[in-house]
Amino acid sequence: MAELKLSGIGKSFGPVEVLKDIDLHIDTGEFIVFVGPSGCGKSTLLRMIAGLERITAGTLEIDGVRMNDVPPASRGIAMVFQSYALYPHMSVRDNMAFSLKIAGKSRAEIDAAVARAAQTLQLDPYLDRLPKALSGGQRQRVAIGRAIVRDPKVYLFDEPLSNLDAALRVATRIEIAQLAEAMPDSTMIYVTHDQVEAMTLADRIVVLADKGIAQAGPPLELYEKPRSEFVARFIGSPAMNLLPGEVAETGEVTQVRMAAGGGLVAANIPTRPGDKGMAVNVGIRPEDLRPTDGAAHAFAGQVEIVEALGEVTQLHFAPHADGADPVVAKLPGIHTGLRGQTLRMAADPGRVHLFAGGVSLLYR
Amino acid sequence: MQGVAGHKSRLTWAVNLTVLALVVLWLIPTAGLLVSSFRDRDQISATGWWQAPFAVEQTYRMRADAGAAVQEGGQYVIVGNVFDSDGYAGAAGRVTGFGITGRDPAGFAPGAVADLRRGGTVSVQPDGAFRVTAPEDFGRRGPNIYFQAATPPRFSLDNYARVLGADAMGQAFINTLTVTIPATVIPILIAAFAAYALAWMEFPGRGLLIAAVVGLLVVPLQLALVPLLKLHQTVGIGQSFVGIWMAHTGFGLPLAVYLLRNYMAGLPRDIIECAKVDGATDFQVFTRIVLPLSFPALASFAIFQFLWVWNDLLVAKVFLPSSDEAKVMTVKIADDLLGSRGGDWGILAAAAFTSIAVPLLVFFTLQRYLVRGLLAGSVK
Repeated sequence: MAELKLSGIGKSFGPVEVLKDIDLHIDTGEFIVFVGPSGCGKSTLLRMIAGLERITAGTLEIDGVRMNDVPPASRGIAMVFQSYALYPHMSVRDNMAFSLKIAGKSRAEIDAAVARAAQTLQLDPYLDRLPKALSGGQRQRVAIGRAIVRDPKVYLFDEPLSNLDAALRVATRIEIAQLAEAMPDSTMIYVTHDQVEAMTLADRIVVLADKGIAQAGPPLELYEKPRSEFVARFIGSPAMNLLPGEVAETGEVTQVRMAAGGGLVAANIPTRPGDKGMAVNVGIRPEDLRPTDGAAHAFAGQVEIVEALGEVTQLHFAPHADGADPVVAKLPGIHTGLRGQTLRMAADPGRVHLFAGGVSLLYR
Repeated sequence: MQGVAGHKSRLTWAVNLTVLALVVLWLIPTAGLLVSSFRDRDQISATGWWQAPFAVEQTYRMRADAGAAVQEGGQYVIVGNVFDSDGYAGAAGRVTGFGITGRDPAGFAPGAVADLRRGGTVSVQPDGAFRVTAPEDFGRRGPNIYFQAATPPRFSLDNYARVLGADAMGQAFINTLTVTIPATVIPILIAAFAAYALAWMEFPGRGLLIAAVVGLLVVPLQLALVPLLKLHQTVGIGQSFVGIWMAHTGFGLPLAVYLLRNYMAGLPRDIIECAKVDGATDFQVFTRIVLPLSFPALASFAIFQFLWVWNDLLVAKVFLPSSDEAKVMTVKIADDLLGSRGGDWGILAAAAFTSIAVPLLVFFTLQRYLVRGLLAGSVK
């Protein structure tokens, strides 16, 4: 039972402003993922919610109560640290029991809570071990167990999987997803720089960039209707291709004349008559590009590098202009003999994004 | 494969040899002291400690007892054993030579017969039995017999018994403990709290305080001796154990705070923040998390401070009364033993060894806390 309300939250370290004007409403039971490039302040925002960093502007409310000056322990939150932060001199059992002992709970209560958490996380055989005798995945589970034991209103995860190897990361990610499902009333806030974690776990992704929220929404909405070029390129891998062009025809379907030649590209994005002649960037995701024989194409170029991954083949084209990012296309299946060829690429009108001045035309 | 991590350098043997040499270099004087402290005083002055397991050759003088002379076929004869004489102490050895003048105390082989100037003969057997003959009465005094004897090595606890019992060293030992233990524990208690605050609590002036502590590290304590003693006199502590505890605490604190602060500041921030989120107050974070994890730093400072206080002479001289009941071992050794018994090596060695035994014990007890990897498994 916890909703969080962040209004006008800002953070400055001395004269350096890291975050400003963060407005966000998080409902009970939501799984929110903060993503963003490194240094964007996503961990700082999480730590401000936890109470480990002072909030220098705005207010934070949990369940309608202002929390700005409430110490971490009284906010009803539990945090899982990137580094696990286990108490190295305590057994797994004592690690999990620590917060309850501090809170002065009875022995029976503590034992029951620890047993329940250990059961959930399959930590029973390790309860009497020291953290140093555990593997990375087990340590992370203990860290999560320590959070569960407190039965918090809000769970905060600070890049919990980034220290695990790839296989373990997938397994633990699924465990966290199951855990979130098993506790529908618990609100979860999760910081990561890993897109896959963000896309798979989140009810809503919050993309942080340039001191603020670039976009917040369900994962697929961010993927399909990015608000800005930044979000468009940040979500999805490889990043969306951006190609310069000029609006040639307005209406329900907009026609864009590509600057590098190739004629008109249609996009299912409505434009106003006044937009004619406006300079835009045409955004097409690598997986939406396909080779075409037609005269109208979004892009034509020579294939420089072919990455055959089996399920897909990634084509890296020579840059169409100096300094521009190379265009990447992702074709399903296996394709051979494409290296060095010049290909014309096109995309469905429904899959084409248009940006003017960095902002999507859908959102202006 | 030179320089590859995990490969042993070819110079490992040089490292090992150097370490071995250093260990030997440091151990030799200690071993010498230990051996000497068990030896007999006469034997110490005759041979070096490394010869302790072998018999010691020394020359002695004795006078044949004229009163024990008997008449035997017209001659006066004295029979006895040189090892029974007053000039010789300890177990019987083996005579390696004897003589009748001080100039040549071992001129005759055992069993030979030496002619006395006044007439008569002296002979000494290897087992010490001697026989003196003379044509007439010896008068009041018998002739001198010099002999050289190899005495077996003698080891005993006599030196320790004398040092600890008779010479009030026992009292000094207790006094040293009385000074050292509180003077080690008090600064650790204070410094641990201070170090936590300086490392993990936000308050204005923290940086300046740390700088001040670092500054105090380089102030020589001799500067403070007189003013501090005057202060103690004014306050009414005077020269007393309380006074010396205070003094040692003050002199030890800068290093203690500095050492412990640096160690605690190196603990992972996440652990401490995690404890805060778990609801621990600063005091609980300190006692439950930081203190147990700081054992290596606490132990190393404890060793430092213990050794320094234990071996200290200057502060003890200044802050303790000069009466015999308040003397610590260093003062006792310096004043009483070195002064009045400069030549009594057995006593000195025993006293010295008594005074290093406890620090050695402390070191070996605490060194197991000086372990790496205390934080293993905590953070990745």
